[in-house]
Amino acid sequence: MATFRLEVVTAERMVFSDDVNMVVAWGTEGQLGILPHHAPLMTMLRPGDLLIRKDNEEQYLAIGGGFLEVRPDKVIVLADACERAEEIDVTRAEAAKRRAEEILKARVPEVDAAVAEAALRRSLARLKVAEKRRRRLR
Amino acid sequence: MATTQIIRRRIRSIEGTAKICKAMEMVATAKMRRAQHQAVAGRPYADKISQVIADLAAQSRVAEAIHPLLQSREVKRIAIVHMTTDRGLCGGLNTNINRLVAGFILEQNLPVTFVTVGRKGRAFMLRAGQKIHAEFTGISDRPTLFETLPISRVVIEDYSNGDFDLAYLAYPRFVTTMVQRAAIEVLLPIEPAKLPPIQAVDYIYEPKPSVVLNELLPRYVEMKVYHAILELVASEQSARMVAMRNASDNAKDLMEHLTLVLNKVRQETITKEICDISGGAGALARR
Repeated sequence: MATFRLEVVTAERMVFSDDVNMVVAWGTEGQLGILPHHAPLMTMLRPGDLLIRKDNEEQYLAIGGGFLEVRPDKVIVLADACERAEEIDVTRAEAAKRRAEEILKARVPEVDAAVAEAALRRSLARLKVAEKRRRRLR
Repeated sequence: MATTQIIRRRIRSIEGTAKICKAMEMVATAKMRRAQHQAVAGRPYADKISQVIADLAAQSRVAEAIHPLLQSREVKRIAIVHMTTDRGLCGGLNTNINRLVAGFILEQNLPVTFVTVGRKGRAFMLRAGQKIHAEFTGISDRPTLFETLPISRVVIEDYSNGDFDLAYLAYPRFVTTMVQRAAIEVLLPIEPAKLPPIQAVDYIYEPKPSVVLNELLPRYVEMKVYHAILELVASEQSARMVAMRNASDNAKDLMEHLTLVLNKVRQETITKEICDISGGAGALARR
């Protein structure tokens, strides 16, 4: 199967670097899948899960927004925050989700709704990735 | 001549200082390892984002791509982000960076304002009568990107407002444990790295290039500031470790020397006493 190089980095560390078959990410304009020999592309990412497929094995990363660039030689993901499934603290993510939901429901004026919504999406992405891992382990 | 008692007291005092130095050395060593690791771990992101910006800048030479943060304008005022440590006892680290920046501003014919990070640099600039635009202290030994965002926000916002037209970043660059070199770099406007442009003709942008640049360029500045802070922390701990090692080695030498002196003085006193006694005994025998 054809592969391409994928590199996922945050300002703090390199999270992932390997040859993979496919990547599915949440761009600001919608979900997009990237296969080998994709046309050069530059897109912003929404907080969400990033699916990586390699030799019929699937792996998810939780991404807190960022950028994705498809270059002829490789694909680079510049993530604002990124965790592997096993690194996610589910209780913390759930607390963050509840907090964000409450803020959105109460419409507290001093907290920006967009900020709360972004926080909600980030926590949802984490929970989703953690959930997928739990199911697979079972 | 020094009495044995005074010398003993001196040795004991040096011993105490040596113990403190040794302890600080060990603390710095532990922190240094972590800080060095962190500084190295951040490098891939720095490389990648520089690549991406170089690609973007090479791609879109259209008017649209001339983002305010990329545009160089006539320079009327300069800002320097001056990074030093909060605490001392780290050898010549802060002195070196202060000296470099002081020399640098003497060469400029334009008004300079400072954004200081760390207490040492702030105190130095105040003493030198420089204008301080903003100041940050209390950077932790384990800085996170989040922690450094206020610094980069201030620089980006006030650059955009036109408070200054050129921003430099001055920080001690971590080379090795023994060597830290004070460095000054241009922070704003951003100069895209001159990488060989890749051949791809049509880049697909989602959304428009201007929107992507709008998001990407501030991130680049944030990353640069964060990275400089990491270098600062790694430099601080390394410099402190080396300084403290030198200090405890020195203390050991001093203690050895003083012990020799002490023994000599003690020996002399004993000899003198014996002389006195035998002299007295001889005088008695002769009688």
